[in-house]
Amino acid sequence: MPAGVAWVKSDRQRERERVRRSRARRSASIATASTFVFAVLVAVVVTNAPGWPRVREKFFNGEVFADALPDVAAGFLLNIKIFLIAEPCILVVGLLVALARGVRTPAFFPIRALATLYTDVFRGVPTILVIFLIGFGLPGLNLQGVPTDLVTLGIIALTLSYGAYVAEVFRSGIDSIHPSQVAASRSLGLSHAKTLRHVVLPQATRRVVPPLLNDFVSLQKDTALVATLGPLEALRQAQIHVAESFNYTPYLVAALLFILLTIPMARFTDHLAERTRRRRGA
Amino acid sequence: MSLLTIDGVWKHFRGNSVLRGIDLEVRPHEVVSLIGASGSGKSTLLRCVNLLETVDDGVILLDGRDITDPRVDVDDVRKRLGIVFQAFNLFPHMTVLDNVTLAPRRVHGVPRAQAEERAHDLLTRFGLAAKARAYPDQLSGGQQQRVAIVRALATEPMLMLLDEVTSALDPALVAEVLEIIRELKQSGMTMILTTHEMGFCRDISDTVCFLDDGVVLEQGPPEKIFGDPEHARTRDFLRVVLEARRL
Repeated sequence: MPAGVAWVKSDRQRERERVRRSRARRSASIATASTFVFAVLVAVVVTNAPGWPRVREKFFNGEVFADALPDVAAGFLLNIKIFLIAEPCILVVGLLVALARGVRTPAFFPIRALATLYTDVFRGVPTILVIFLIGFGLPGLNLQGVPTDLVTLGIIALTLSYGAYVAEVFRSGIDSIHPSQVAASRSLGLSHAKTLRHVVLPQATRRVVPPLLNDFVSLQKDTALVATLGPLEALRQAQIHVAESFNYTPYLVAALLFILLTIPMARFTDHLAERTRRRRGA
Repeated sequence: MSLLTIDGVWKHFRGNSVLRGIDLEVRPHEVVSLIGASGSGKSTLLRCVNLLETVDDGVILLDGRDITDPRVDVDDVRKRLGIVFQAFNLFPHMTVLDNVTLAPRRVHGVPRAQAEERAHDLLTRFGLAAKARAYPDQLSGGQQQRVAIVRALATEPMLMLLDEVTSALDPALVAEVLEIIRELKQSGMTMILTTHEMGFCRDISDTVCFLDDGVVLEQGPPEKIFGDPEHARTRDFLRVVLEARRL
């Protein structure tokens, strides 16, 4: 065939594309049908359970739902606020600790040791205990300048707890950059610090975005743990409504609000992972 | 009858036509070389044969069967093909022996003892017997590529596809890999290979195809293509490549 011939789609190709389309349609309809069957099955099993009428009354009560929604939603704004303040703090703490753990200069050994101790301790202690200890212990010191506001204390506790996890994520990202990149940068005359700043960290950060977002989805939920200190956030508001009405529906309200917040984040994480995958495949 | 028939194959990437109506016949026990500049479509053509890429038009028949039909089971087609990549693509977490026995055991259902015995035979044949327990990163590039060839051979493919298998190797290691390919030819293996090693290509090929801008511009026995090419583009390409060699 001579060069420069324009492509005219052959009948065979037309037929092939028709087969592919019909197969795509078929798999889409199978997916829809199986999802439907599954949903119906779950609904049938749940609504036929012996205790269903009681559960429906106690957990799915429309009236209580409508009654609790404004308060719980108002409380939820506090969760969002805690999350939005804690998140950047965690990123800073995590990055600094990760860098401190990578310091190799002998004179700075104490910094490295402290950073290691920090991640060991705060990853080891359950988040709810950290919140108790910081929330009730820190003001107990009666030190000047120590905040006594419960929300602030909650944010500090969450930052300390999550900072340890995020530091480990950053560190694994830094470790995953091949030594040849450092060799190339150092041989251009860049110092250790400049190599980190211009070569290692930009690549490492890109790599750790999906696991970081995963930690943040988890953080969004854990803002509810601050409820144990007393601030009127979503879970606390729901608890109050439950105590008033002897009905558990307000918990469902809080759960739905948390889901509404975390789902976009989860989809965004998927989207980023998919984009990375596509770039590698290309 | 041909073992492989490629008939009017087109492939586009983002509006760019990489293959523009390729026709090619490969008879049993034949060695066909694809030569041409980077981007001429050599690797894409191999990937189309292996169904790593879906063709946008045309048909590929393997042993008389249309493998470009969308209803065809791609795993079943690939079972009968062996491919060796430029960058070896060995599995770094497995020993040489496990790399070689993976497909026979997991795809073809060969019992472990039998698969390992056959792997040992192949490794011995290609001078790798001592490396069976080694991991890929403990081997030289030439050894890794030889293992990759053994891995492809272990499933007894009817056709081997070799995609610039020496391009990532140090000149001192190229010879050991080329030697294996010569031995494969002697054993009657049917092969399609893309290469920049013109001397080797001339020596081993039954047919040489010059690809230019997504078409087979010229094909024939190596004496004809290297000795008396018809097209000016073929002559230019060969002159540039051979001059670069001399430098």
